[in-house]
Amino acid sequence: MSTPFYVSPQQAMADRAEYARKGIARGRSLVVLQYADGIVFVGENPSRALHKFSEIYDRIGFAAAGKYNEYENLRIGGVRYADLRGYTYDRDDVTARGLANVYAQTLGTIFSSAGEKPYEVELVVAEVGESASGDQIYRLPHDGSIVDEHGSVAVGGNAEQISSYLDQRHRDGMSLPEALKLAVQALSSQANGADREIPAERLEVAVLDRTRTQQRKFKRIRGRQLARLLEPEVTPAAQADAVSNDEAPEDSE
Amino acid sequence: MEANPRSTGRLPAAFLTPGSSSFMDFLGSHAPDLLPGNRKLPDGIVEAPHGTTIVAATFPGGVVLAGDRRATMGNMIAQRDIEKVFPADEYSAVGIAGTAGLAVEMVKLFQLELEHFEKVEGTTLSLEGKANRLSTMIRSNLGMAMQGLAVVPLFAGWDEGKEKGRIFSYDVTGGRSEEHGFAATGSGSIFARGSMKKLYRSDLTEEQATTLVVQALYDAADDDSATGGPDLYRRIFPIITVITDEGFRRLSEEESSALARSVTERRMEEPDGPRAALL
Repeated sequence: MSTPFYVSPQQAMADRAEYARKGIARGRSLVVLQYADGIVFVGENPSRALHKFSEIYDRIGFAAAGKYNEYENLRIGGVRYADLRGYTYDRDDVTARGLANVYAQTLGTIFSSAGEKPYEVELVVAEVGESASGDQIYRLPHDGSIVDEHGSVAVGGNAEQISSYLDQRHRDGMSLPEALKLAVQALSSQANGADREIPAERLEVAVLDRTRTQQRKFKRIRGRQLARLLEPEVTPAAQADAVSNDEAPEDSE
Repeated sequence: MEANPRSTGRLPAAFLTPGSSSFMDFLGSHAPDLLPGNRKLPDGIVEAPHGTTIVAATFPGGVVLAGDRRATMGNMIAQRDIEKVFPADEYSAVGIAGTAGLAVEMVKLFQLELEHFEKVEGTTLSLEGKANRLSTMIRSNLGMAMQGLAVVPLFAGWDEGKEKGRIFSYDVTGGRSEEHGFAATGSGSIFARGSMKKLYRSDLTEEQATTLVVQALYDAADDDSATGGPDLYRRIFPIITVITDEGFRRLSEEESSALARSVTERRMEEPDGPRAALL
């Protein structure tokens, strides 16, 4: 029997982390920002069916960068966790903090167990509060750590650069069109200064809107409503129009 | 029931195993004791509050589902302001007659079943699919129904494919049948159905349809002691919901009280209500 090579724990962990980071970097980045009425998720996603953002529970949304099958698995696990918890106790007992902890434990156990391949995913769990001060955003990197974020967060391959772009420009209480446009600028900015354009069809946008009358605050923004929000000059009247037409069908003009 | 049976805090394997989009199937495999149908039944008959009359009627453009507010236990009024009509999701609603406690639990699980499917699949079930899911749930309650704890709901919703409002009624074994025009369930349903049979027309407006169901509930309360009529003194009015292509809407207290008051006022002049032509 041959003796296995000795690999130091530091080296083993560094290798695993590098493997996971490389996997995540292959995917496109996405951003999650607070705005006046909630939290907006913006990412580049050519697919209309395979989502990066989704609803977990009433006030809780989920965003993920990295390997689709792995984060989809975690997403469904989260939906099951939230629904089971809400069914057993009460809908108010399902919190982003609880969900983020479960994800962190799951990712952490997978990352440090030698028998399993580390997950190549980076998650964001966000919960919209009654007011902006009650909003919670948690970023969960591949190794199971939790980072409590405020204002804006970016995950994925180009996250560091996008984060610093957002940190300089994001402020509290932005309107939805402002926050959305900032997010798109951040996603399309390149390190070498040659910004590229991301057409609206390639954008996936969703919000957790605290002003929604329904119990479930998650909503996807598509089509004409998205185009209207992305229009360059938004007058206050048009802005109010875009928000009030929230529930209206596509042909609301 | 925590997500974690052991102490690692990690999501158990069952949560991360690809499988059905049904929350009930997930409960069945992961926490079967939480499914109402899996409970051990004691012998004997249990007395529990019962909900009574639920009525529904379609109109071009939607469907109305309404219920009275009384729950009875034997010959006693157990509750005067019980709610027996609930939204199932954005485009459907369920009204329950039968054992109130079990029925409310069934509705909660049914709502969750539809929501869970929607979140996992990214799309909603068809109206038929929803009606069938409810059928399965009633069937699993058959053991309790045999002991007098039956739940008999009425399910109504907007069918986006067929672009019309539809009503489904059930028996205790989960047998499902689609009703055309109008339907009623519960102890006062015989009287409500007779009332609607005379008043219903297929070209009602939304306002006429909501008036129709209030008339039917009034007639049910008139002849069935377990059904409560509009209680003007305590300000307890029937719950009336409307489902159209714009989704589920429950009439505000103002709207339902106005309807109930006008029907009651007319009954002061004509206690038996509007008259249908003899031929």
